[in-house]
Amino acid sequence: MQMSVMQRKPRAGRGGKLNPDVQGKIGQQLRAMYDDVVKEGVPDRFADLLRQLEEPKDKPLDANQSAQLDQRSDKERG
Amino acid sequence: MAPTRTVREELLAAVPSLRAFAISLCGNVDQADDLLQETLYRALANINSFQPGTNMSAWLFTILRNLFRSDYRKRRREVEDADGSYAESLKSYPEQEGKVEFEELRQALKKLPPDQREALILIGASGFSYEEAAKICDCAVGTIKSRVNRARTRIAELLSINSVEDFGPDHTTRAVVAGTRR
Repeated sequence: MQMSVMQRKPRAGRGGKLNPDVQGKIGQQLRAMYDDVVKEGVPDRFADLLRQLEEPKDKPLDANQSAQLDQRSDKERG
Repeated sequence: MAPTRTVREELLAAVPSLRAFAISLCGNVDQADDLLQETLYRALANINSFQPGTNMSAWLFTILRNLFRSDYRKRRREVEDADGSYAESLKSYPEQEGKVEFEELRQALKKLPPDQREALILIGASGFSYEEAAKICDCAVGTIKSRVNRARTRIAELLSINSVEDFGPDHTTRAVVAGTRR
């Protein structure tokens, strides 16, 4: 009675070929999971950072600003 | 030199997928968003080293992947994790971000070695070619292929799936029911 459960051992072992259907299904799930996150968009905490790109002033990133970004990034890394 | 409009737009367009990649790598949303933030700072600070006309996504993914790898190595050295607290913190997943239907897959992904996990995500979810993924991971195309194969096989083992019918959140339940009917 329990045998069908006990026997549930994946066939695909060393050098074994994965059933193409299974492979396809894993791919499908993986993409669905990933696309779910993509659809969420980007959290608010990134708004300021990304606004620099959306509404650039005449000079969106001059050398000075780049240096500041570098420093900030260094600081946050600790 | 200021980044051109195209470069800016390409960067913005790539961010959602970049974030999904970060979450898939980290298995933890907070950690992933920190990683994304650091990646974006790096990218903006070095935007002039990006060559317009080349693949913006691949450029960003490379930066993020390398940051993740160096963080990962650092953490392995620093965190002994004797009490399992670090492992525990990785399990926390804000509910709205983690749908139950993907929980099994998410847990299985975490059990993969990082090199297999990144290869599988880049090819299977982010939509990069094997050549692009090889560049991002700084390895040979054949290496990416074998990592993806091993990752898929391991995921199938972890989820105990032999056939399509086995797939789904309640496959264990159905298996038991099917067993008792026989």
